[in-house]
Amino acid sequence: MLVLSGIGVIVLGFVLRINPLLVVTVAALVTGWAAGLDALTVVAALGKAFNDNRYVSVIWIVLPVIGLLERYGLQERARTLISSIHAATVGRLLLTYMIFRQLTAAAGLNAIAGHAQTVRPLLAPMAVAAAEKQGATTDAEHQKIRAMAAATDNIGLFFGEDIFLAVASILLIKGFLENYGILLSPLALSVWAIPTAIAATLIHGFRLWRLDKRLAAR
Amino acid sequence: MIGLSFIYSFGGIVFAAIALLSAHDRANRKRWGNAAFWGLLALSFLGGNALGDLGNGVLVLVLVALAGFGAVGRSHPATTDAPTRVASAAKFGNRLFVPALAIPVTALAGTLLFKHVDIGGLPLVDPKQTTLVSLALGVLIALALASVMLRPPKLAALQEGRRLLDAVGWAAVLPQMLAALGGVFALAGVGEVVGQGVSAIVPDGNLFAAVAAYTLGMALFTMVMGNAFAAFPVMTAAVALPLLVHGYGGNPAIIAAIGMLSGFCGTLCTPMAANFNIVPATLLELDDRNGVIKAQVATALPLLVINTLLIYGLAFR
Repeated sequence: MLVLSGIGVIVLGFVLRINPLLVVTVAALVTGWAAGLDALTVVAALGKAFNDNRYVSVIWIVLPVIGLLERYGLQERARTLISSIHAATVGRLLLTYMIFRQLTAAAGLNAIAGHAQTVRPLLAPMAVAAAEKQGATTDAEHQKIRAMAAATDNIGLFFGEDIFLAVASILLIKGFLENYGILLSPLALSVWAIPTAIAATLIHGFRLWRLDKRLAAR
Repeated sequence: MIGLSFIYSFGGIVFAAIALLSAHDRANRKRWGNAAFWGLLALSFLGGNALGDLGNGVLVLVLVALAGFGAVGRSHPATTDAPTRVASAAKFGNRLFVPALAIPVTALAGTLLFKHVDIGGLPLVDPKQTTLVSLALGVLIALALASVMLRPPKLAALQEGRRLLDAVGWAAVLPQMLAALGGVFALAGVGEVVGQGVSAIVPDGNLFAAVAAYTLGMALFTMVMGNAFAAFPVMTAAVALPLLVHGYGGNPAIIAAIGMLSGFCGTLCTPMAANFNIVPATLLELDDRNGVIKAQVATALPLLVINTLLIYGLAFR
């Protein structure tokens, strides 16, 4: 049971709003100590896993070109474009984006969108511009709309990607079950991602529709 | 073969350039902290494999100390003001979208085409890394297009990149750190302990309770680990296989596939899934670090209920 103390450190750290990097490091050291590992082994394990997972941080290479385009008015242009489309509402825009994200992820094209490359420069400013037309003018409202843009990207990705046969999670499930003598084809697994994908579209779509209604009611 | 080493070199050069620019930024009181932070990340990207496990571990501890004790601060490189941007947007019009869309279009083309390109039988691009290689290539193409079209001052792209990267700040390495924590958890056997605990508390003889224990367990343990992939083997071995599949004769494909998606509902609700939840909050400059999570909970919870009902209704016919 003692090895779970690291989880306690994390919960406590996040509740107390201590810098998460510190919290995570302390949690790792505490967990290692509780498991009877010596400190050097834990530091080496942290270092190895950090090095093996560098690909997670590769996404930042898009920032120079995104920043450069912002310098020349990319966000402003995205806003103008949405403002000129009469039928564009924030709900319709985000729902369209989510369905696009689900369909492309279901075809294995996870990487064609994301927070750094599409949400910050394009989707979020467009969503804010649409919401402004609908009467959302305060900074607090704009922050909520930007958060919703990021949420919509995540939800579209998560509940689309497992329909694709060769996505990491489907391969993980297949490999795991194989170890227990259960042989399944990837297709037999991925078809069962479809009901949840449809439910996600309906639930999130309903929330986006209500967002439009709320803005219209004011 | 173009693979991870190319991608890491590219990333390392970008981080190194940002570290140098940080060191030269006299307007930033914390410029040496910033330079050290991005410089260490550059070292990790360029020479991580040569540092050894312990060397990398020490590098991690220094990165954490710099960020955790406030040595890293947001910089404000000179950029254009709002009126200039509006004027520039009017001048360039929709052409501004061309370099921005070059990144996703290249990712699309690369994912579809790279697997068919080989030189003398050897694939040009490492088949496991087509996504990242396409991303890097897309960035280079977008930069080339933007430079020709916009004629920016020298270093403008790197300074603008530094502006955005400093806005993200230390959170930029949080996803990688959480992955590292997962490595330590695995070494310490955290998963086994959690699995035993969960299987001990599942009530006997009630199918719905057993299904709910699996889907809720997936969501909760994913929230702790920040990653459904880490929760899946633990919960499935502890609850799904012994109880749902062998005990009640459920269909393993349905249970496992929807079980994983129940974990994804947990991913939407946790700061531990930093790259999906915390990083966008910093990228979008939200005051509330948990703003994205708050926007997601009202979708995640009903979806978790539906996942539970789907397994209950479909897997045991």
